[in-house]
Amino acid sequence: MCTYATVTTEITGSAKGPGGSWFHVTDATVYFDHPVHAMAEHTLNLDLAAPARGPGARVAVELTASAARALVVAIEAALASAPPALLID
Amino acid sequence: MRAHTVMIDGDGGDKVEAYLAEPDGEGPRGGVVVIHHMPGYDRATKEMVRRFAELGYDAVCPNLYWREAPGADPADAAATVRAAGGVPNARLIGDVAGAASYLRGRPTSNGKVGVIGHCSGGRQSVLAACNIDLDAAVDCYGAFVTGTPPDDYPLKVTNLVDQLPQLRAPLLGLFGKEDKFPSPEQVVELDEILTAAGKSHEFHSYDDAGHAFFAVDRPSYRVAAANDGWERIAAFFAAHLGSN
Repeated sequence: MCTYATVTTEITGSAKGPGGSWFHVTDATVYFDHPVHAMAEHTLNLDLAAPARGPGARVAVELTASAARALVVAIEAALASAPPALLID
Repeated sequence: MRAHTVMIDGDGGDKVEAYLAEPDGEGPRGGVVVIHHMPGYDRATKEMVRRFAELGYDAVCPNLYWREAPGADPADAAATVRAAGGVPNARLIGDVAGAASYLRGRPTSNGKVGVIGHCSGGRQSVLAACNIDLDAAVDCYGAFVTGTPPDDYPLKVTNLVDQLPQLRAPLLGLFGKEDKFPSPEQVVELDEILTAAGKSHEFHSYDDAGHAFFAVDRPSYRVAAANDGWERIAAFFAAHLGSN
């Protein structure tokens, strides 16, 4: 099915995108739905994008549900391992 | 056969890109509007458009994401529109109406136009047929034609139950028995609503098939269901669009 569910959040950082160029990303879109490329019926899809630069300014990731959960754990672990003083934006 | 890109008048008179495939010969013949799925105006959808030309119809697929992402890669366009909240129902209806008008205005037209969509496009095919004068509609496993999402489900989509009594065209529905959305129970509900409303419809549900069984480039592809489904579609359109 198409879940239609979409979660968005503002972000700040950089991503390496089309043509191998780095660009500043401002928006993340997260949804669990049909992938374009991954060989699964549904995946956790993550877009890191800069809408102001047009639709092509996007880094897309499609992960199985278990892979997405593992990534969340890894991200949290990496953040937890850093000295708190370094985690201030 | 010829296949190429054209510009049509979509909702509100907006110029919208569309992919047209047309058989050789002068006609007259029926037309088919193909509604692309949520992943966009992509290669797989254009292959279906050409297949309808091979079946003898003028077929056109409007790019529903043209306004937000003209010329973009289909996946990028889909992501952009999704992040912006998706395609509004009213705009979808206007774009399909524009595509149907474009087909009926062609010198090859016999005046009859059908619509077909898969997945999100299946729901939109029914939506269009409830609001536009069309001669046939095909819903391939569209979710949320019937069925009520859970209260905590963050959907931006509603079902079409309140619109089904105004369905204006015979409906062919093709579903997988292993699909969860639409589930077999939701297909039964749709069948019962249309029967109670006296609406012409024909449903087929396939064993060993779930969602997206027509998609030849996905692991969900089921050759037996897809082959039979294509035969059902060809027979349904031949009966209602009078191409022969």
